[in-house]
Amino acid sequence: MPTLRFTDNIQRHVECPTREVEGARVREVLDAYFHTNTRARSYVLDDQGRLREHMSIFINGEQLRDRTHLTDPVPADGVVDVIQALSGG
Amino acid sequence: MASVRRCHVGTRKGLFTIARGASGWSVSRVSFLGDNCTLAVHDPRNDSLLATLNHGHFGVKLHRSHDGGATWAEIGAPMYPPMPEGYVPKMTFSGKPIDWTLRLIWALEPGGSDRPGVLWCGTMPGGLFKSEDGGHSWVLNRSLWDDPLREQWSGGGAEYPGLHSICVNPRDSDDIVIGVSTGGAWTTRDGGRSWRIGGNGMRAEYMPPELQYEPNAQDAHLVVQCATAPDTLWVQHHNGIFRSTDRAASWGEIADVHPSAFGFAVAVHPRDPDTAWFVPAVKDEKRYPADGRVVVNRTRDGGKTFETLANGLPQEHAYDLVYRHALDIDDSGEVLAFGSTTGSLWVSENAGDSWQTVSLNLPPIHCVRFERAG
Repeated sequence: MPTLRFTDNIQRHVECPTREVEGARVREVLDAYFHTNTRARSYVLDDQGRLREHMSIFINGEQLRDRTHLTDPVPADGVVDVIQALSGG
Repeated sequence: MASVRRCHVGTRKGLFTIARGASGWSVSRVSFLGDNCTLAVHDPRNDSLLATLNHGHFGVKLHRSHDGGATWAEIGAPMYPPMPEGYVPKMTFSGKPIDWTLRLIWALEPGGSDRPGVLWCGTMPGGLFKSEDGGHSWVLNRSLWDDPLREQWSGGGAEYPGLHSICVNPRDSDDIVIGVSTGGAWTTRDGGRSWRIGGNGMRAEYMPPELQYEPNAQDAHLVVQCATAPDTLWVQHHNGIFRSTDRAASWGEIADVHPSAFGFAVAVHPRDPDTAWFVPAVKDEKRYPADGRVVVNRTRDGGKTFETLANGLPQEHAYDLVYRHALDIDDSGEVLAFGSTTGSLWVSENAGDSWQTVSLNLPPIHCVRFERAG
């Protein structure tokens, strides 16, 4: 099963421990995680289910391409990182 | 002194509560330190506090306290329904779509003393939400959102239109006036089932000539009502000051206001509809106090004349700008407070005749809200 990890910065708002969850695409992996951690959903996704504007997701170190539908494939042993899209100095 | 109620100050770096002690007003509690608290409101029906946080990366959240701010719990934030398949949102001036997504909570009001649990919430990009369970769940008001005129709203100083004012008539909770930047003032008489754009009289000098008096093009910065005479509404507008005495059916412009008719904030006396306060600034492209002097303008005669109040306020090289939600008056009508973008906070206990500095070093201030009587 893929492993889903979250930025440390989200933890003070809503606890998001690293977990292994089912899913072959990013959407499926996130849905599986948020099914048991409903509060975390709105911290990562917006009203329309898109990745929040200033969030980023990496799959095995590769940046997510489909921020709207989250269709990027996730290997069975993949690692998905949900981070803040930091920029600037 | 007429009132000893606390006042809550939302800032870029937390929520600061100030209270009256033996030697004056001072900060008595800090909540959400480090977080962007854009709005706070006291609900007198159950003595609770509501605070909105904009976490940037993580979105806009809503918190509630039942113990005066000692502890807080996150409650539901408004969510826009799924955008219909094939729907193409209108573009803003800057070419960005007016998305169906919550960007900012810009107004939060209890829904009337006879409607326990009802809250109204105004947002960017312009949606009005209603909760009937104290903020746990929210529903977008579709009659306003689906009105074709709503799609003509545009951003004022921000990228998206914002619904910043909600005036629930204390005599009739179904009678509500809202203010939009930019989208003028709108009214409902049936609790939000139907909406009407307010009447004529507001003027937007900066618009093309044929649109200057268009009610839906008006950049109302804030709309407030007199609590005991709610037919009287005051608007601090991008273009000046306007007043209605027929609950938004028509508006009259207040002329000859010095040092400036520009500003964001307005407060009206709770029992005297002719008395109102403003914090003027050099008009729109500059936005700083005229001559670097922080002053408050007060009218006691419905805008015919103004007194410029400066006692206790900085009169040299002061560049404090006061945003629309950052001036408030308490239930007594005697105690006012306002805070600035440079983190200065002042309180007056004599209707503005003199001011006490609470702090000159707070984070940039978004809002100032007194607690209300039940």
